[in-house]
Amino acid sequence: MAYTLEGSTGTWEIVCGLEVHAQVISKSKLFSGASAAYGAEPNTQVSFVDAAFPGMLPVINRECVAQAVRTGLGLNAEINLWSRFDRKNYFYADLPQGYQISQFAHPVVGKGVVEVTLADGSTKQIGVTRLHLEQDAGKSLHDQDPSRSFIDLNRSGVALMEIVSEPDIRSPEEAGAYLTKLRQVLRYLGTCDGNMDEGSMRADVNVSVRKAGEDFRTRCEIKNVNSIRFVMLAVEAEAKRQIGVWEDGGDVVQETRLFDPTRNETRSMRSKEDAHDYRYFPDPDLLPLVLEQAWVDELKSRLPELPDAKTARFVRDYGLSAYDARILVMEQATADFYETVATGRDAKLAANWMMGDFFAALNRTGRTIEDSPVTAANLAGLIDLIADKTINGRIAKEVFEAMVETGQAAGVIVEAKGLRQVTDTGAIDAAVDAVLAANADKVAQYKAGAEKLFGFFVGQVMKAMAGKGNPALVNEALKARLS
Amino acid sequence: MSLDPATVRRIARLSRLRIDDTQVAQMQGDLNGILSWIEQLNEVNVDGVAPLTGAAMMAMRLRDDVVTDGNLQEAVLSNAPDREGPFYAVPKVVE
Amino acid sequence: MFDLSLVAARDALAAKKFSARELTTAYLGAIEKLNPDINAYITTLPEAALAQADAADISLAKGEAGPLCGIPLAIKDLFCTKGVRTTAGSKILSPFIPPYESTVTANLLRDGAIFLGKANMDEFAMGSSNMTSAYGCVTNPWTRRGDNRPLVPGGSSGGSAAAVAARMALGATATDTGGSIRQPAAFCGIVGIKPTYGRCSRWGVVAFASSLDQAGPVARTVEDAAVLLGSMAGFDPKDSTSADIAVPDFAAACKRGVKGLRIGVPREYRLDGMPPEIDALWRQGLDWLREAGAEIVDVSLPHTKYGLATYYIVAPAEASSNLARYDGVRFGARTPGRDLTELYENTRADGFGAEVQRRILIGTYVLSAGYYDAYYLRAQKVRALMLRDFTEAFETVDALLTPATPSAAFGQGEKMDDPITMYLNDIFTVPVNMAGLPAMSVPAGLDAQGLPLGLQIIGRPFDEETVFAVGAAIERAAGFSTLPNLRAGA
Repeated sequence: MAYTLEGSTGTWEIVCGLEVHAQVISKSKLFSGASAAYGAEPNTQVSFVDAAFPGMLPVINRECVAQAVRTGLGLNAEINLWSRFDRKNYFYADLPQGYQISQFAHPVVGKGVVEVTLADGSTKQIGVTRLHLEQDAGKSLHDQDPSRSFIDLNRSGVALMEIVSEPDIRSPEEAGAYLTKLRQVLRYLGTCDGNMDEGSMRADVNVSVRKAGEDFRTRCEIKNVNSIRFVMLAVEAEAKRQIGVWEDGGDVVQETRLFDPTRNETRSMRSKEDAHDYRYFPDPDLLPLVLEQAWVDELKSRLPELPDAKTARFVRDYGLSAYDARILVMEQATADFYETVATGRDAKLAANWMMGDFFAALNRTGRTIEDSPVTAANLAGLIDLIADKTINGRIAKEVFEAMVETGQAAGVIVEAKGLRQVTDTGAIDAAVDAVLAANADKVAQYKAGAEKLFGFFVGQVMKAMAGKGNPALVNEALKARLS
Repeated sequence: MSLDPATVRRIARLSRLRIDDTQVAQMQGDLNGILSWIEQLNEVNVDGVAPLTGAAMMAMRLRDDVVTDGNLQEAVLSNAPDREGPFYAVPKVVE
Repeated sequence: MFDLSLVAARDALAAKKFSARELTTAYLGAIEKLNPDINAYITTLPEAALAQADAADISLAKGEAGPLCGIPLAIKDLFCTKGVRTTAGSKILSPFIPPYESTVTANLLRDGAIFLGKANMDEFAMGSSNMTSAYGCVTNPWTRRGDNRPLVPGGSSGGSAAAVAARMALGATATDTGGSIRQPAAFCGIVGIKPTYGRCSRWGVVAFASSLDQAGPVARTVEDAAVLLGSMAGFDPKDSTSADIAVPDFAAACKRGVKGLRIGVPREYRLDGMPPEIDALWRQGLDWLREAGAEIVDVSLPHTKYGLATYYIVAPAEASSNLARYDGVRFGARTPGRDLTELYENTRADGFGAEVQRRILIGTYVLSAGYYDAYYLRAQKVRALMLRDFTEAFETVDALLTPATPSAAFGQGEKMDDPITMYLNDIFTVPVNMAGLPAMSVPAGLDAQGLPLGLQIIGRPFDEETVFAVGAAIERAAGFSTLPNLRAGA
């Protein structure tokens, strides 16, 4: 069902598009040989090119182009074999050149599409308008000195991909799903780490509202939103603000706004903003970027399996539900972990263990899949012990907790704690006999028709065997004695 | 096309050039002279002509992704009119 | 010693007729004597030059001399020189000490050259008279017959050309965006060549208009220019527009002769009101080439007349962006302000001279919203047509011969009232930059007042060799030997 907002004059629809800035994973910067690594001492990862010294010239990094092409391919997008870099001219303290080198008129990647799955299981295609490469700016520090701002140019010139969506997004949920999916694809491709805390992925959110059947109304742009949750909140807050403006008889003014998460509202960035006139023109220090189709094809042939394909394969090959498959595929590392566990084993049992006790343990211990106390091999070993009936399911949970605690392999714990399942029918028969003898009254009731007491007997026998009895054999023995 | 004083002020602002009232008139005259002279290009038939951006007739070379530069903190700061430790310093920017 | 060309001085150094220290000392003496009048140098480097000379003498003694070992040169102050103030003729860079060496000057140092100092120039290479330098104008060593009023040396490489003409250097680096090598070379009676765009690295050269800027030498002889260019040129991976093409032996090309070459005469270069001596010299030049065995062919470059207007859109547009980095934050002069915007506006208004500000404003305007298509985009299309003109001409000819300038050197302060009058100086040189072609100005005669005039040879892209061959042929035929009054050794 379509998401709408109710106003005093009727029902409103949200129209939203996202411009995502994703920092390209590369060793060096887009146009200089300085390191692109995060978190260095101020102004140490700065070349004379990055600081825009006189006579310095840009030379493009092949890997940054390759990353943009990979991303384009991952977004099912057209790759433009001819593209160009333009200068976007404006003055700012952390923009040393006085312009940003960007691809305004001719981006390297054209139209693509991202398919998102919503909570109700439905899917939706969100169009990608374009993806282009551009330079990041430096950083201004405003809180170090009462009268001055300090400039650190370490980020200056780091490669960014700007990924622009079509205005296809119709709800906060879709905005969140789009960003989540985009981040997932970028991480799978290894083209951006998607780390929104460090700012290596951030979104500008374009929002407008309209009534059913209308053309687009004026939109506002909410700049630099740095978490998926905030994007969803910002879309809703801004849409509600605009509905209020329209319904009060006002006009929404096209402007740049900021989202304030503490007050859950957007506010205008500058009351008296300079009229921007970026004077884009082709950067004369650079030549057109011309790619060979063969190079693009080679990059394509080396792309990793992407989430949608992997999800489909998990459903097909492991017999998982689409929902389970999507959860296991969310992160590449999780999917790899799962495949290690599931291969050659009961794939559904493996999925249940991962999404149940395993994820719960990670949550509880605050660990990630990369530093999980239970390795994939150890989880696989545990499932093997269940499969070959060395332990039963109840004991397995106990073993797993010990594995989380100690990091040891399941077999080691089973042997150390003597948790091996008892399949010796003699021992089981003896335990059964003892339980039945001790509960003669209940046996009589059972035989008189209180069949639900069977479970009680099973529990008593298992208890007598410290939980290690083979449940099937215990059942069998009880049935034989009680019949 | 002819520039009025407001436009001269606007492009001076975009160019970050302080310009006082006496300069506006002088600059307006100079710029209008140059612009009207430039307008001779309107005579040229450019239908179907692809614009020429530069004189270099080749595709762009791409460099390898190797860290070859940086670690020049003192050198990049050595010419700064105002600095504070490892930073360039400017009047406080209010955002 | 001052009468020797660069090549002759190199031979004399090799033959131990004098040492590099003696040669350098002589030139430093000439600078000391003449620079107060000529103002060709913004910065002189006596101590460094002598140290370089001593090192050159050691190399010469060891027989390890590079092609320019011990040769004292002037370096246009647009080339960044490590540890040596580089101003671009502008107040805004008055405190700037580059922590790096431009590729072109590094190539010269590699080959053993000695740097006498940094040559004066029009501010940011914007000018044709050297009147826009923040370090005072340069005086042309030449004067009109019977008239001692000071003349301009041309520009923007006016300091480089004056230094070479007055024998305050054996050669000099220069740069040419619209004629800034060829016009001052013509005004000062010396040789200057702007090579093909991409031949010399632009890395470390303060940018004016990136798609047009190209470094080249000014020198006393065509062969001297060939030797200097051979050292300056070469592929540089740090410049995306640098051409990965081997540097040929330009000096050898000077000896080729012109027999069998087809030389084009573009009819659009014949202007109404051009001094008759220039037209006569042009015809004379064609006759010399014909006599040397070349065939003269009439050609048409129909868009020539639009070159200047195109240039005055493209160059200021690029400059307005290239000069945005002079903001008083990371290097250069700063004028304080109450806030960052005011700091920018004060710094740039105080730091840039009037002509630079004019061009920044024009460039900003032609790129601004609503005007881009009418000005910048149209100019790029006309530029494409100009290139097409040349390409078609070069289908039938090997080189073109034209006058270098529409007049001889003019007086300081002349042509200053109207920017366009000044811009017209570059009418014959600008089209070459628009198309990225190599072109040389070679002195060929005198005007009625005894001032030197140059002829321009234009070649195909990366065919500087033919340009040198034709230039050398004209040099031989012209036998131009008149010297300016103001010169070392006079």
